[in-house]
Amino acid sequence: MDFTRLTIAQVRKKLDRKEISSVELTKAYLERIGKLDRKLNAYITVTEKEALHTAKKADEKIAQGDASPLLGIPFSAKDMYLTKGIRTTAGSKVLENYIPQYSATVLEKMEHAGAVLVGKNNQDAWAHGASGEHSDFGPTKNPWNLAYIPGGSSSGPAVSVAADLASFAIATDTGGSIRQPASLCGITGLKPTYGRVSRYGVVAMASSFDTMGHFTRSVEDSALILSVTAGYDEHDATSSEKPVPHYASELKKNIKGLKIGMPKEYFTSGLDSNVSKTVKTAMHKLEELGAEIIPISLPHTQYGVGVYYILQTAEVSSNLARYDGIRYGNNRETFGDEAKRRIMLGTFVLAHGYYDAYYKRAMKIRTLIRQDFDIAFRKVDAIACPVSPTPAWKIGEKVSDPLAMYLADIFTVTANIAGIPGLAIPAGFAMGMPVGMQLLGPQFSEDILFRIGHQYQLTTDWHTRKPDLPV
Amino acid sequence: MKFDVIHIAKLANLPLTEKEVTTFEEQLSGILEYVTELQTVDVSDVGETAQVTGLTNRSRSDRVEDSLSQEEVTSQTSCTYNGLFKVKAIFA
Repeated sequence: MDFTRLTIAQVRKKLDRKEISSVELTKAYLERIGKLDRKLNAYITVTEKEALHTAKKADEKIAQGDASPLLGIPFSAKDMYLTKGIRTTAGSKVLENYIPQYSATVLEKMEHAGAVLVGKNNQDAWAHGASGEHSDFGPTKNPWNLAYIPGGSSSGPAVSVAADLASFAIATDTGGSIRQPASLCGITGLKPTYGRVSRYGVVAMASSFDTMGHFTRSVEDSALILSVTAGYDEHDATSSEKPVPHYASELKKNIKGLKIGMPKEYFTSGLDSNVSKTVKTAMHKLEELGAEIIPISLPHTQYGVGVYYILQTAEVSSNLARYDGIRYGNNRETFGDEAKRRIMLGTFVLAHGYYDAYYKRAMKIRTLIRQDFDIAFRKVDAIACPVSPTPAWKIGEKVSDPLAMYLADIFTVTANIAGIPGLAIPAGFAMGMPVGMQLLGPQFSEDILFRIGHQYQLTTDWHTRKPDLPV
Repeated sequence: MKFDVIHIAKLANLPLTEKEVTTFEEQLSGILEYVTELQTVDVSDVGETAQVTGLTNRSRSDRVEDSLSQEEVTSQTSCTYNGLFKVKAIFA
């Protein structure tokens, strides 16, 4: 039996019944990485030695009867997450030799839970991009068709889970960087509410938008991971003190009578007809499960990308100002093109004479977009819509046209602008490539999104489909 | 509007080649044109959003904790002098 294909919930039972050890499972993943990653390029650093050491310790605990949910489970992390003693690059040559002196809070939580880090994933440099092509370590390939992009910026973490190179992967979502690649690779991806998970020790992109989420093979697994990562952290002043719900029991509830909004602005002419059909079919399924689909309007949706590319680049220009090559990292000449573009755009919108017309105005429209959602959530419990306007595109197609790349974020940036959670789940295929559905809810409503997603996955099998990869 | 790449790159301390200046000027001017759409939105009487979950200033207790050692802090650079970071002269 191939244990690398199982969900966390499934493999947990195998580990606890001693059908497989954590060391064997870890070796199985490392072997797949060794065979497949030359083609996929999902990893920048593979931590074989450390992983086997952690797995051995996990096996000792399992032998003593410890059945903690993530104990002995192999995972990977986007290279934005600082890992003490293990190179962390953020996908950029600026940090190609950087060895962090401390670990991100999320990584410490993983270590405490006994999860096994098998490697650090490739990504668009600094998390800037929607295709994975902006990595200074080469593009990551979509496992469903190697000529296609996997989405971005969390390209490597998504492919790592989709191609069974890790059991789950932790990543970051600032404008869609988890939900979009999840959709394009046919897996489950969660962007939590802003502040639900600590940002401490993660390379900062745009601090008022950055959220720490993850990729999994099922919604059930996604809930399991969030129950470990969520919670207040004194090292992140914007992390929330709200209690963390018991997600595992919430997702078992049915969705009868739940009101799910269908925003008309997300089903316009810019949406690929196959994607539209797939998402509508999935919404029909939710109706069959007892939910009520209600037409709603989010009138400021069209301004989302504009607002995002002003405010986000302003924050990027400030966060990337610290990379001066003095205390760590290489000098500023080593920034790639996309980082340079964003630094300049951000510097411009904050500059004297342009601040009011660009930055301040965008902050006001951010309020209007938040209000759109506030009004909608008075009528509905959640919203269902597409993740990406198209399925995955061919490598190279948009790489020289930054604006076309930015517009790929059109249905995902709004959640980051409003700070609300978003869950992407597989909903079907278009021209042989995966298509996801996005569920959005009010701030701190991850439990409702998990519930809808889990009930959907109990009656559909899109999330169990696997790409055909030669091993 | 034409994007003044040379001026902005200087503000952002970004060394650029001549070829980069030309490419970025075209690309960034295109992006600025796209965002002019925002000028049509009525924002009178609308407040600004800087923080989305409604947090206000938060302070932590002022206590001394263990931190990284000087050796750890300077471990990632080749520019040190007597265990300190070495930088270029500021007033040269």
